[in-house]
Amino acid sequence: MSNIYNELQKRILILDGAMGTMLQDYDFSEDDYRGARFKDYPTPLKGNNDLLSLTQPEAIAEIHRKYFEAGADIVETNTFSGTTIAMADYDMENLVYELNYESAKIAKRIADEFTSSQPHKPRFVAGSIGPTNKTASLSPDVNRPEYRAITFDELRLAYKLQVEALMDGGVDLLLVETIFDTLNAKAALFAIEQVKEERNSTIPIMVSGTITDASGRTLSGQTVEAFLASVSHIQLLSVGFNCALGAEQLKPYLQRLSNVTNFHTSAHPNAGLPNAFGEYDETPEEMTGFIDAYFKDNLINIIGGCCGTNPAHIKAISGLAENYEPRQLKAN
Amino acid sequence: MESDCKKYLTLSGLEPLVITPESNFVNVGERTNVTGSRKFLRLIKEEKYEEALSVARDQVDGGAQIIDVNMDEGMLDGVHAMTTFLNLIASEPDISRVPIMIDSSKWDIIEAGLQVVQGKCVVNSISLKEGEQEFIRQAKLILRYGAAVIVMAFDETGQADTYQRRIEICKRSYDILVEVVKFPPQDIIFDPNIFPVATGMDEHRKNALDFFQATKWIRTNLPYANVSGGVSNVSFSFRGNTIVREAINSAFLYHAIKNGMNIGIVNPTMLEIYDEIPKELLTCVEDVLFDRKDDATERLLDLAETLKGQKNDVEVAVLEWRNRSLQERITHGLVKGIDAFIEEDVEEARLLAQKPIEVIEGNLMIGMNVVGDLFGSGKMFLPQVVKSARVMKRAVAYLQPFIEAEKDGKVEYAGKILMATVKGDVHDIGKNIVSVVLGCNNYEIVDLGVMVPPEKIIETAIKEQVDIIGLSGLITPSLDEMVYVSKEMEKTELSIPLMIGGATTSKAHAAVKIAPHYSNTVIHVNDASRAVTVVGDLLKKDNQQHLSDLRASYDQFRAQFLSRTKQKEYISIEEARSKKYKINWDQTSIVKPKTLGIQVIQDFDITKLEAFIDWSPFFRSWDLHGKYPNILEDAIVGSQATELFKDAQELLQRIFSEKLLAAKAIFGLFPANTVNDDDIEIYDANGNTQQTFLTLRQQLKKRAEVPNIALSDFIAPKSTGQTDYMGCFCVSTGFGTKALAEAFEADNDDYNSIMIKALADRLAEAFAEYLHKEVRVNHWGYAADEALSNNDLIKEIYKGIRPAPGYPACPDHLEKQTIWKLLEVKEQIGVELTESLAMWPAASVSGYYFGNAEAKYFGLGKIKEDQLIDYSKRRAISIEAAKKWLNPNLAN
Repeated sequence: MSNIYNELQKRILILDGAMGTMLQDYDFSEDDYRGARFKDYPTPLKGNNDLLSLTQPEAIAEIHRKYFEAGADIVETNTFSGTTIAMADYDMENLVYELNYESAKIAKRIADEFTSSQPHKPRFVAGSIGPTNKTASLSPDVNRPEYRAITFDELRLAYKLQVEALMDGGVDLLLVETIFDTLNAKAALFAIEQVKEERNSTIPIMVSGTITDASGRTLSGQTVEAFLASVSHIQLLSVGFNCALGAEQLKPYLQRLSNVTNFHTSAHPNAGLPNAFGEYDETPEEMTGFIDAYFKDNLINIIGGCCGTNPAHIKAISGLAENYEPRQLKAN
Repeated sequence: MESDCKKYLTLSGLEPLVITPESNFVNVGERTNVTGSRKFLRLIKEEKYEEALSVARDQVDGGAQIIDVNMDEGMLDGVHAMTTFLNLIASEPDISRVPIMIDSSKWDIIEAGLQVVQGKCVVNSISLKEGEQEFIRQAKLILRYGAAVIVMAFDETGQADTYQRRIEICKRSYDILVEVVKFPPQDIIFDPNIFPVATGMDEHRKNALDFFQATKWIRTNLPYANVSGGVSNVSFSFRGNTIVREAINSAFLYHAIKNGMNIGIVNPTMLEIYDEIPKELLTCVEDVLFDRKDDATERLLDLAETLKGQKNDVEVAVLEWRNRSLQERITHGLVKGIDAFIEEDVEEARLLAQKPIEVIEGNLMIGMNVVGDLFGSGKMFLPQVVKSARVMKRAVAYLQPFIEAEKDGKVEYAGKILMATVKGDVHDIGKNIVSVVLGCNNYEIVDLGVMVPPEKIIETAIKEQVDIIGLSGLITPSLDEMVYVSKEMEKTELSIPLMIGGATTSKAHAAVKIAPHYSNTVIHVNDASRAVTVVGDLLKKDNQQHLSDLRASYDQFRAQFLSRTKQKEYISIEEARSKKYKINWDQTSIVKPKTLGIQVIQDFDITKLEAFIDWSPFFRSWDLHGKYPNILEDAIVGSQATELFKDAQELLQRIFSEKLLAAKAIFGLFPANTVNDDDIEIYDANGNTQQTFLTLRQQLKKRAEVPNIALSDFIAPKSTGQTDYMGCFCVSTGFGTKALAEAFEADNDDYNSIMIKALADRLAEAFAEYLHKEVRVNHWGYAADEALSNNDLIKEIYKGIRPAPGYPACPDHLEKQTIWKLLEVKEQIGVELTESLAMWPAASVSGYYFGNAEAKYFGLGKIKEDQLIDYSKRRAISIEAAKKWLNPNLAN
């Protein structure tokens, strides 16, 4: 396998865009989600996008293919909710290993196809590790501020299972993303370090936090620099931000991040802020206009899209990126 | 970044804490520790977590940059207590903004803590006590949890108590951590054990010296490692003798920091200021710390005995005036500004009086009259009066509940004065001094604070039936705001005198711009000491003659002023441009800045500014005129200036040691060229124009060979084909001022409330001077070999200038908006612009950097309408708007 560190020296790498937005176009029904295998499953399954890796694997493969065709160097596995904690909503905790393993396999198969036909541009698969739907450092009950709905150890064990399955399925990288509570991310990183040690692996890790609004902080209240300090104990491939904000709003925080980190930087912003109907409607042209400023200011090593972005956005971003050099890390 | 950021210990709560070589000593709050605080232990035992949280909050408010949490007590479930308390802290952003130090001797408690903190915390502590295997296991886990670690100098055989053992254990621990565990060396903090000195035992004689040397050795030989310790232990053997104990703590800390200790636990109330330790005592203490004499301990013990006695003697002398009569004691307290006994004296007076109100009208007013007389005759000075006011306020605050209980008691004031800093302006030092001085003279003050809109001034004046309105402001747009207020007062047919004050105000402005709009009295007061007389005259009964004389004198002044200004001649803007200041661009040297672009300083070590402070304006703000340091020797104000200076130094040292004020700065250096004579284009790295600065040009008619200057003349025109450079900046030392001033005010301490603002202003100027020097010498680097004394800096004899928008060379405040956009000042360091473009916090300075050797300061003077129209086009605003902003500089 080509070394992603070498590729990062040469160019700005392109991450894919949204999975959910693309799946909306397929307009899958409850029956489509269930497929033959889960026809009689007791809980409603529509909306469990991760499950589609098992029931509609060709759709997932096609989406990966479209992003690679648009110029993506890295695609994310369809595993954003692939933990026992998030899957509890569908009573599918027992399927977590299989979901992650199969999702990794699908993405890796498509990536290998592209790499073998275009060896000068190797493609990579990042195992997507989402935040789960519980927070370790915030209480869901305002009257009991000391209460927590989840503990560090519960998170650590859930993440460990996901990480093992993703690695067994052959992912090249791990991407801990959409971090709105840094303590959740620290549990994920703890689990990853354990698995790496057990397997003597050096798999690169990407970390991507979420600045929730113009306060410039994560949901759990940390500033850009505080967040960075909390995750920098691990040797990371990259650190960055995604989701919640559009490319325009994200820029000042990326600038601050880029100023203080010696890791590579990444960003996958939304296609603007949601409009009155909750839809993301920033066009590829508008979005690349803002991302051009990232490139000009040398802020970025890895760039992609989050909510509302599609292959057209990625194509436009990838075309633009070719004109620029990647951000240089300061000499050691 | 390996070379800068990553090799510094970087911790975080909700906000980051980066400990760099430039950082001050980092103080750890220690009150949330059940082994050190009985109160905290009781609160935790009784599960009174709300109160326990307030202990943590007090620590953070008090300046602790890290808080140590310890739940090691036999009767407590340590894991439960640690988890619960840290979870609670997580939901209090004003506490959790700082990093946590998880302090326990039990690993399960430490691990419980590590599992609930999202920030990067510090584990306190681990050691080789249980052997290498356990040490490695714990260190690996700490690393994986993402925390830094304190390592005690302790091994299998015990605690290190000599220099050699300290460095051996620290070296062994370091090597294991860095090589086996791969622990980042900057995340290691050694605690090389602080033990008591002067215990009388020979084996303790080198306790301090060994610590210093071990600290120095660690900092020299174990790269990037930090050193920490608990200081008060060193003076343990002098429990009960506060003077000696504080001296030892402070001298120890001073030398420990010098030798490289950069983190630690210090109780600020247990410290003397190093420079203020009496010389003889300091010598004895340092002899002990450095083990310099065989009999050092005996000599310190002897001296300690006499010091105990001495302190008692002093106390006896101080108390002598306490034997005088009640009225004498009250007067003495007021005149000397001593508030220690005022409550008991006032209580005594209250018991003797028929009604509590009589104490104010009688005893206290007798004392304040003495103050007033001394002040009026020049025997007391403003700072002393403000101190007296502090005592007065405390006395009144004490009596207030009794007066209210009586109901019929109502204080008879000599008059009611409304004081306000006008809309858009945030400067209030002068206004507060005037308020205090008037308050001392039995006037009731209605202080509306800063940025007060005209409606509120007028509404309050009517509702409160005030006798005088006092308006204050510092920046030039406030001059127009005052005119506006006077017009509104006229519209509402107010018939009370209007008093105008503030640094940019003048009799001319009051007479020419304000008086014509308001039919009642308008008077300008140029210093606080005159305020009492002015107000007294305004409110005297049967003073119609005085008021009409006043009006007539202002009318006459206006007439004279207007006839004088008419004689000045001006040239057209085209002609002025043809007479620009000409630099020979073929020969002049243009230095490309070493670092182009924007740099931000978020957490500046404010103590570095001490040497850059220009003290003369500080004395001026207290109405003491003269140049520093000569003013300290001045025959008239010398002793008062010295006392003020001492108080200022005390507060300044508190600001430094407790980090009461935060300093931030942002600056940028950019490629730039002049275009169209008066505009300066600022380019980005690709040569695209980012912003354009608009300068204004002198139009006063001058001799043929004297140029009509604009700042743009100091930047190479684009037509020369040469790329030139300029910069801009904003610094602030005002973060924290408001809260501090309010805390002082709540404590009835106007003296320190004014003092903190005056000091913050000085620090901001000092910061601007410091940063300019850094830019000249390092970042721009055109004066890399510059070596100037502080006095030279104050006299500004260096090369290059840093003019500020709103000041004579560029009076256009709108330029600040351009600087704010270019640097993202608000987003990056939080300094904001008010609607009148004053900076908030008030203790802020912004401006441009010009580096050309020929660049110099000048005053724009007045400009004519043709430039105004031209300017409005360049600025793309209406002529009306342009007029509003440039009004003070428009020739009639």
